[in-house]
Amino acid sequence: MTDFVHPALLFILGALPIPFLNGMRRKAYLLLIPVLAILAVLMMQPGIYGAASFIGQEILVARVDKLSIVFATVFTMMALIGVVYAIHLTHAAQHVAAFVYVGSALGVVLAGDYLTLFLFWEGMAFASAYLVFAQGGRQAVAAGFRYLMVHITGGVVLLGGIVLHGVASGSLLFGPIGGEMGVAAYLILAGFMLNAAVPPLNAWLTDAYPEATVTGAVFMSAFTTKTAVYVLARAFPGTELLVWLGTVMALYGVIYAVLENDCRRLLAYHIVSQVGYMVAGIGIGTEMAVNGAASHAFAHILYKALLFMGAGAVIYVTGRRKLTELGGLYKSMPLTVTLYMVGAFAISAFPFFSGFVTKSMVVAAAGQDHRALVVLALTMASSGTFLHTGLKLPYYMFFGTDQRLEAREPPRNMLIAMGMAAALCIAIGVFPQPLYALLPYPVDFQPYTGVHVTESLGLLMFTALGFVLFLKALDPENTISIDTDWFYRKGAKHFMWLAKKPLARYEKAVSDVSETVALPLLHGAARLGLWIDLTGVDSIVNGVAHSILRCGGALRRLQTGVVTHYAMAMIVGVIAATVIFAVAWR
Amino acid sequence: MIKRVVDFFGDGQYANQRRRLFYLLLVLIVIADFLVSREHAEYLWDRLPGWSAVYGFGSCVLLIFFSKFLGHRGGLMRREDYYD
Repeated sequence: MTDFVHPALLFILGALPIPFLNGMRRKAYLLLIPVLAILAVLMMQPGIYGAASFIGQEILVARVDKLSIVFATVFTMMALIGVVYAIHLTHAAQHVAAFVYVGSALGVVLAGDYLTLFLFWEGMAFASAYLVFAQGGRQAVAAGFRYLMVHITGGVVLLGGIVLHGVASGSLLFGPIGGEMGVAAYLILAGFMLNAAVPPLNAWLTDAYPEATVTGAVFMSAFTTKTAVYVLARAFPGTELLVWLGTVMALYGVIYAVLENDCRRLLAYHIVSQVGYMVAGIGIGTEMAVNGAASHAFAHILYKALLFMGAGAVIYVTGRRKLTELGGLYKSMPLTVTLYMVGAFAISAFPFFSGFVTKSMVVAAAGQDHRALVVLALTMASSGTFLHTGLKLPYYMFFGTDQRLEAREPPRNMLIAMGMAAALCIAIGVFPQPLYALLPYPVDFQPYTGVHVTESLGLLMFTALGFVLFLKALDPENTISIDTDWFYRKGAKHFMWLAKKPLARYEKAVSDVSETVALPLLHGAARLGLWIDLTGVDSIVNGVAHSILRCGGALRRLQTGVVTHYAMAMIVGVIAATVIFAVAWR
Repeated sequence: MIKRVVDFFGDGQYANQRRRLFYLLLVLIVIADFLVSREHAEYLWDRLPGWSAVYGFGSCVLLIFFSKFLGHRGGLMRREDYYD
């Protein structure tokens, strides 16, 4: 009996039989795999597994330590919740894609070398892109292609960095990139930051997630950015650049969330904002900060999935996604409202909800590291988080103007999945110790102090006061917001214009020139050649032939056939030779 | 039970009760902030009771108006068919 079963293989190989199962059997199977994976992760012992050699490089398929266990644990738990939420789907392909996606994410967090990491990294991009394509329709397909293009570009950048790093250091083992940051390190960092949605590389996330299927977006909200947080924590702890990018990110997401009208896009901007806390924590790099980043990733996966499930339930039931078209659903969906609000309180870091015990660790670590500006900025982002996910979104989605929409609670499996996530959000908030015990470093942090509780409540409830007073200013508007995807969306249009107008015109001009000038010239030259050939070359050839014919005729007349003529000719020849010899020799 | 709680936050008939409860909560939080012990104050603002309330309100207002300013005047918000 082997003591290590790779959970990534469980999901990826486990995805193969899904299309061949039907009905209850498929549902049972879909639930079985994540349960097995959770068990596999729980039984994992720190160590190195699957060491091998490939083209002269050391390969380490799995390296288990405390940091990878934190992420593997929450990934498998999230996979189970996601599967429950999606279990009513009859399309096998979406289940398969979700399984491959989860498996690849697990492959990344357990990868011990860069080649294994890269392989799973790309697997994640392709599998998750399918969850966008599966939605169908022009908008989703276009967003899916953009998503894929961006991730393939990021993958190439990452691969470039990996190759340079491997050549320079002679090893492809995945670990902290210490010392001077060279080109290789910056390329790897850029590849990682793209998946973490660090601005300006963030737009793929807010572009694609809201276009994914209702169930697909739940999976997507959990895995891609958090694997990026994991690899950043592994390779780049204490990188000063990340502190500032993370802080900017936390506010960036919040500012865009004010402008957003699409409910899931608003939540997607809050992924950017929340991942900002984690990126900043990794940048600070102290034990407490990395603990904070890891624990916040853990909590974030659960509450963000819960929020996406809530918004997804509304879309599933009403078919609408814009806040301007929603409202008044609380009467028909009270359970969804309640479960959504648990997620909203958790992301806003209300006491006794998960965000309170994890986000505060990052902020406290920034404080201990004497970074006052970071503390203030992250606290401001917390206020913005509650403003949008806790107040604006639920207000315009569930309360607000009653749009008299036909609505009901979503299917029971969706509610159960939301209930599971909500229970974990509260459990982590009330009993943080099990999560703290899981973290990579020993935790010396007490979230429940009097000051921390009153300060958090003060911050959040006075944010609510601001919301109540300036509600009119927050009314959603029928607009979309320009983000950095402008560069490639408008850029592509400009490129197409360039291809259609100047390039096509140039091509036409060139072909016109060839038709009006070059072709007649060539025709003329050919005709001239033909004339020279016919009149000049041919007559010379004919003339030579005629002359040879005439010479032949003359020579023939000399051959008389009379022996005396020939003897005479010989004698004449001998005399001539003798005369020439006598005259010329002397 | 859940439905009654949700209805309390949604139905117009409870609007006055809601408002009173909300303001009461705000006052209680500020009072509590004055009462808790502040031994490990690291920064100036950590020593100021009620600071987080002021900062929360200020942040909220700043975020709303700064973002809307960027959206309307900065040209970030565009018509929905902008990319079509």
